[in-house]
Amino acid sequence: MPKLKVNEIEVEVEEGLTVLQACEKAGVEIPRFCYHEKLSIAGNCRMCLVEMEKSPKPIASCAMPAAEGMVIRTNTSKVEKARKGVMEFLLANHPLDCPVCDQGGECDLQDQSMFYGVDKSRYKENKRSVPDKNMGPLIKTQMTRCIHCTRCIRFATEIAGVPEIGAIGRGEDMQITTYLEQSMQSELSANVIDLCPVGALTSKPYVFEARPWELKKTESIDVMDAVGSNIRIDTYGWEVKRVLPLINEDINEEWISDKTRYACDGLLNQRLDTPYIKYNGKFEKASWSEVFKIIKSRIENTSKEKIGGFVGDLTNMETSFIFREFFDRTIESDYYDFRTTDRFIDDSLRENYIFNSSINGIEESDLIFLVGTNPRYEATILNARIRKSFVNNKTKVISLNDVGDLTYPYQALDGHTHTLKSILENKHEISETLKSSKKPIIIIGESFFNLKSSKNIFYLIKEYINNNFKFEEEWNPLNILSSDASTVGNIDLGVFNNKSGYNITLDKLQKNEFELIFLIGQDNLNINKKNEFIIYQGSHGDKGAEVADIILPGAAYTEQTAHYTNLEGKIQKAYKASYPPGEAKEDWQIINEIAESLNNRKLFNDKDELISSMINFINLKNNNSQNKKINLENINFENEKLKIEFKDYYFSNVVARASKTMVDCNNSKINFKLTGTEG
Amino acid sequence: MLKDEDRIFKNLYNDSGADFISAKKRGDWSNTKELCDKGKEWIINEIKLSELRGRGGAGFPTGLKWSFAPKQVGSRPHYLVINADESEPGTCKDRDILRFEPHKLIEGCLIASYAVNAHVCYVYIRGEYYNEGQKLQKAIDEAYENKVIGKNASGTGWDFDIYIHYGAGAYICGEETALLESLEGKKGQPRLKPPFPALIGLYGCPTIINNVETVAVVPTILRRGGKWFASIGKPKNTGTKIFCISGNVNNPCNVEEEMGISLKELIETHAGGVIGGWDNLQAVIPGGSSMPLLPKKTCDTITMDFDSLMAEKSGLGTAGIVVINKDQDIIKCMARIARFYKHESCGQCTPCREGSGWMWRMLERMAKGEASKDEVDMLMDVTKQIEGHTICAFGEGSSWPVQGLLRHFKNEIEERIKFEPVIKKSKDIPYLVDQHLLEKENA
Repeated sequence: MPKLKVNEIEVEVEEGLTVLQACEKAGVEIPRFCYHEKLSIAGNCRMCLVEMEKSPKPIASCAMPAAEGMVIRTNTSKVEKARKGVMEFLLANHPLDCPVCDQGGECDLQDQSMFYGVDKSRYKENKRSVPDKNMGPLIKTQMTRCIHCTRCIRFATEIAGVPEIGAIGRGEDMQITTYLEQSMQSELSANVIDLCPVGALTSKPYVFEARPWELKKTESIDVMDAVGSNIRIDTYGWEVKRVLPLINEDINEEWISDKTRYACDGLLNQRLDTPYIKYNGKFEKASWSEVFKIIKSRIENTSKEKIGGFVGDLTNMETSFIFREFFDRTIESDYYDFRTTDRFIDDSLRENYIFNSSINGIEESDLIFLVGTNPRYEATILNARIRKSFVNNKTKVISLNDVGDLTYPYQALDGHTHTLKSILENKHEISETLKSSKKPIIIIGESFFNLKSSKNIFYLIKEYINNNFKFEEEWNPLNILSSDASTVGNIDLGVFNNKSGYNITLDKLQKNEFELIFLIGQDNLNINKKNEFIIYQGSHGDKGAEVADIILPGAAYTEQTAHYTNLEGKIQKAYKASYPPGEAKEDWQIINEIAESLNNRKLFNDKDELISSMINFINLKNNNSQNKKINLENINFENEKLKIEFKDYYFSNVVARASKTMVDCNNSKINFKLTGTEG
Repeated sequence: MLKDEDRIFKNLYNDSGADFISAKKRGDWSNTKELCDKGKEWIINEIKLSELRGRGGAGFPTGLKWSFAPKQVGSRPHYLVINADESEPGTCKDRDILRFEPHKLIEGCLIASYAVNAHVCYVYIRGEYYNEGQKLQKAIDEAYENKVIGKNASGTGWDFDIYIHYGAGAYICGEETALLESLEGKKGQPRLKPPFPALIGLYGCPTIINNVETVAVVPTILRRGGKWFASIGKPKNTGTKIFCISGNVNNPCNVEEEMGISLKELIETHAGGVIGGWDNLQAVIPGGSSMPLLPKKTCDTITMDFDSLMAEKSGLGTAGIVVINKDQDIIKCMARIARFYKHESCGQCTPCREGSGWMWRMLERMAKGEASKDEVDMLMDVTKQIEGHTICAFGEGSSWPVQGLLRHFKNEIEERIKFEPVIKKSKDIPYLVDQHLLEKENA
């Protein structure tokens, strides 16, 4: 480990780190624009120049590897002069339109010129003006402000895997642009807005909405997919203005998907803000006490086996748990579920439904086998990790199906289950590669569990893993990729009825055997409504509310403090950033109050009691879990073509469907397809 | 004066033909096998002994550069790249080598490749030298036909291939790492150093990059011995050099002369003197447009070699001598050069991208007399802010000529300037005077 001196402070750094990182370790701040931890080193902004002994010129600390015995100085007049010089050059052609720039207040150029620059301009020539570029519905460009740090180019080519941003021209005339000014064909595109150190790339939907210092910042968890990205929600009063990523090296690193970032304008549209009752096919506003009275009489007049319930894809764990308690204890029915298909679940062991290798584990893996999943659309951030692994280690990726562009090359098989079976029986050419890999990852998507023989193949896979790989504590190749934020939490909490081996609740719903149906944020069911009385509780007026007889206005994910379990099985807490609109209440509260109106007794006295009994429930379940003996001969196998079904990326949940930005995004992709120039 | 028998490029004026047979008559390809048989160590040592310095501009010792290449070929192959992207204004020496002495270059490539363990050599020719590239290609074809290169080249047992790649007209691609980027098919922008190309170069493999003239003199040095080469010229500035004399001279020409010849002799004997006589001389750019100019006073006595020009705060560069007589507007000349550098900046790093255009615009105003007097000091400060702060040497290349102008012709600029600064320095109001300059004094 090289030792070096920074301003007389001795530091020892790991091999391969740069001088800039060594300076940071010594507590010396180095200004920078182009350098970013997650991107390759460009060394072109020249802001990080420091003096090194025995070097006649100042060196770019971001690009110079730290070596034994270096003597670095950052507080000399030479360094100060170099910084002032670079700062002056950067500002020479910068428009200085901070008062009308959306980056104002969180602009690297602004901050650093306050610190390292000179307050007066000597540049008397006309400033350069650069035509703005079209970068799609998310990214607003103001290219005159660009300082050519090339962070956006490096992000697009390295992380997002779409080489569509580049620089044309040279010298003063260099311009950053997307290829033919199309929007960037990536689900991670908006991250370039965070990366841009100036106001050249800003957020289009957020344009002129607010200043950063006016916003209340709340740390939270994303629910657009099951990855559970850590986000920061910025609110202005009640309105959620924007969503930004928080750094979590274990989950989303520094990135979030476009849907996570921009579906938030859906929180303002189509909201349910007061209870409604349907009279003669028309909804009419009602009060909470009215609707509770009706619900009470309905429940009392319906036999309990004719009451069913479904929870939705964004439902938090508190709500799911109290919903389960409500059915178990108050109604005494167990016809509840979260699945909208008859997908197979084995919750006897937790490893059967979580992503066991962990997202970080993807980077260690040497072989990734995708079964029935398109990670690009089902878990964008996770797909970025697979790409990172491919870029860094040339990890081999095999997919059972051809799922189109995943931003990295992969070997596609024919998608038939007998192919999968022959791989597991060591009869396929892939078998050898799979067997010889040291840290394989098998990622099984939700589409796989919808297969008729999914049960058979799932246990075959488990058996194969047990036979061929050492099932060590630290490495488990079995990974289930859930696509909804609530899925793993719901399985943990047992919010499903699997006693008869299939989704009996769904079956009864389709046969119209229920008289009373509760939908908690569930909008993905196809209900062929006959005489059922449907109570819908949720945040948005979507498919579920359409068929309902009573609507109970609930809270969206930004409006309640709640827990979510991500696909790795990590429980994360999301904090309340805003409050539900109008009469709407937090979801757990509504169910608690219905229970109170029925029995004159609340299910839980307060939220703390709810959370502690929920945690107890999960712990108890995990302690009691045990491996079931499975006899494979009793389970049918038939050859089927595995069809990968994932929801339309930009319209996968109620919030996204209510968002205008997501419609724009979707349209920009459609327009792209219509040009006829692709492929 | 160089004796005729010591001349290396005997066909610099195409007196005896550039083809293989004529070249062979001049001594090329005569004993290549024997030279190679003496071993890699011997070749590198002989070059070190000759004290040959790179002819591309920086003057880095060639033998030392070759010895940086890994001694054993590892998992990655070695490459030799010849920099024939001669774009420096005022320089045209490589052009005549490519046209009239291609076999010297090809033989040099073989020997240099053999010395640095490379089997493949790329010649990166500037796109405008299309005809010269065609001539070189013809010579390469001849060499293949005569089996002096290719499999078992010249019977040395060394397999050697040579490929030509045309540039697309960017000056910056003459910078060695930008050249590699361009050769790889990317945008020609210089790379960060370290790592140096000798270890991680073309396609990430060890690569030695040499100028055309450097490699072309290698076979002759080996034939006649490093000591012979070292005996010509001055210590540490040895051998012969092709000087390109252009500008306000009666007879612009390329001429091979010994290093350390006096500038006056060079101009008077070979270029027919300055137009209007020696007294009409205003300034000379001694080494291509990127080197600071020399005023007449210095030109009277200066000798042309790396170290004595360095002492005058200029440089030998590519030895492209541009003579400027008193009929020319020196500020306009320098503004034109600044415009060239503004146009050719690659745009990668900040000081050069923003600074080169700024310098040009200031100089244009100064040439018209529309600048303010305090801008003279400011322009000097701007050049200092570019110099040494960039990724490649382009920063120096663009700021040095301006510095040269300011150093020697400051009075001329100030005389022409019409405007007094609005805020006088003597008033000493810290907020109103140029703080960039203030703090430098206090520091």
